[in-house]
Amino acid sequence: MTVIATESLSKRFPRVTALDRLTMDIGPGVTGLVGANGAGKSTMIKILLGLSPATEGRAEVLGLDVATKGAEIRERVGYMPEHDCLPPDVSATEFVVHMARMSGLPPTAARERTADTLRHVGLYEERYRPIGGYSTGMKQRVKLAQALVHDPQLVFLDEPTNGLDPVGRDDMLGLIRRVHTDFGISVLVTSHLLGELERTCDHVVVIDGGKLLRSSSTTDFTQNTATLAIEVTDTDEHPDGTRALRDAFARRGIETHTGGELPGAGHTVLITAQGEETYDIVRDVVADLGLGLVRMEQRRHQIAEVFRPAAEQQQEHLASVTAQQTGGGRDDH
Amino acid sequence: MTTEPMPTDRASTQIHNIGYRHYDGPRLGRAYARRSLFSQSLRGAYGLGRSAKSKVLPMLLFVVMCVPALIMVAVAVATKAKDLPLDYTRYAIVLQAVIGLYVASQAPQAVSRDLRFKSIPLYFSRPIERVDYVVAKFAAMASALFILTAAPLIVLYVGSLLAKLDFTEQTKGFAQGLVSVVLLSLLFAGIGLVVSAVTPRRGFGIAAVIAVLTISYGAVSTVQAIADTQDNGSAVTWLGLFSPITLIDGVQTAFLGATSAFPGAEGPSAGQGVIYLLVVLGLIAGSYGLLMRRYRKVGL
Repeated sequence: MTVIATESLSKRFPRVTALDRLTMDIGPGVTGLVGANGAGKSTMIKILLGLSPATEGRAEVLGLDVATKGAEIRERVGYMPEHDCLPPDVSATEFVVHMARMSGLPPTAARERTADTLRHVGLYEERYRPIGGYSTGMKQRVKLAQALVHDPQLVFLDEPTNGLDPVGRDDMLGLIRRVHTDFGISVLVTSHLLGELERTCDHVVVIDGGKLLRSSSTTDFTQNTATLAIEVTDTDEHPDGTRALRDAFARRGIETHTGGELPGAGHTVLITAQGEETYDIVRDVVADLGLGLVRMEQRRHQIAEVFRPAAEQQQEHLASVTAQQTGGGRDDH
Repeated sequence: MTTEPMPTDRASTQIHNIGYRHYDGPRLGRAYARRSLFSQSLRGAYGLGRSAKSKVLPMLLFVVMCVPALIMVAVAVATKAKDLPLDYTRYAIVLQAVIGLYVASQAPQAVSRDLRFKSIPLYFSRPIERVDYVVAKFAAMASALFILTAAPLIVLYVGSLLAKLDFTEQTKGFAQGLVSVVLLSLLFAGIGLVVSAVTPRRGFGIAAVIAVLTISYGAVSTVQAIADTQDNGSAVTWLGLFSPITLIDGVQTAFLGATSAFPGAEGPSAGQGVIYLLVVLGLIAGSYGLLMRRYRKVGL
């Protein structure tokens, strides 16, 4: 089943190309739409809501064509904008009831759904007070509630964690997760922070400059880029344990990386984890050398890695190859 | 709702954490949303559904509009007069300052709140569309003004019947008065909304509406008075095209049997009246067009 499908979708403005022949399929669940500011995320949402015509290509939301079935789509989806959108002088209840009626809910249903939805997003007694006195976290919850009040099949959340402190951020991410798991509503959430989407989403779509950079499930992302950081002791036999370990890996044909510029990185060896057997190899290699294993941890590369220009990655690759050819002779700072 | 209380008394004190429930009731769509927005805005124009503080001014102005009518009726009944002291068509012209104040206080709150707090995208991401939003707001403001201006006419009409004044004459006058205030309501609502929709700041909106309605009237009637002292009757008539209230005055003098409030009390002829009417209708249509344009820019 496909919730959102686009086919060589393009949107050009006189001066910029916001979306450039984007083709993707998004299934049910929580999907992250990642991109730097100006990557075309908001343009995408506008097109998907049927509010802005695409220059080229087509898109479907819940099986409805955005070009012709905009009104039907907007009846079935919810939208939480990035910016402030709440009047400070009314209470959350009044405001959400009004928005529920704008979605076509009869008066009684609008009240019931408002009470339910506000409770689900975690607003209790304060929902009767004017919104002006709310904290940023509470306002974000009201914004989420108005997007959910008409029980949509899909919600678009535009930067829902903007302006929240770390705790508020975690709460919001948990809530977004629940929107799918508990409420059964599919979510398209945008963010420029990749780490948080990694934790929340089933699927991540990365766009940059209007182009599709990558679209895959989050497990793929993290599996492909999972890195093991290994730190060993020095022994009399191997005065430089780290170098010995690196040589041993090289002999087994396993590529190693240095820890980069970080403090203490000179004593860390990074290898790419291929699967369960990598751990066994590490154990064997370290045991053969008679070194003490101080640390072995999975260093999850942030999805940010996909943003790294390919050139830079290639350079790093070259550097590590050179290091291997010279017998790992390069001292790491 | 009609089910019996739980059989066990323990259950009545328990709070159940009911999980998420889906909504499978009716979704009434665009027309319903438009009606809801209309009624919410109309109620809001009299402070209903808003804070107690915001009820004060519109309600006060409503009372101020009706009290003179009540007094006139009381006088007419008590003195057994043959006619009301003021024509139906003249009433709104005499009390135009009150109407202006009402538009200035309520038009900005009707449109600039959504603009200022950027709530507009929340509407347009729903089945409701730009045209629905503009129509609902326009209709609500015009209806609010109609209530304000027609209520005293009803008081006058009912009073005139109680005072046993000539029925046909009174009914005709009342009907003419109603047509006149319908035009006035549409015109004032249009101008008020366009001016307030330009600025998201409510204070500016209030000042701008007062400026457009009241100052234009002040300027026009001053220049008209000068033209009148120089016996330039046609200048008096044409000058009337430049302020909303004199426009209404001109239309009703030409077509609705009103006596003009222009200096010299001549008012436009039927031919000039057509131009007056066209200008009024053009302004109403123009305000609608400008509002549509304004909201095209702010949508999402």
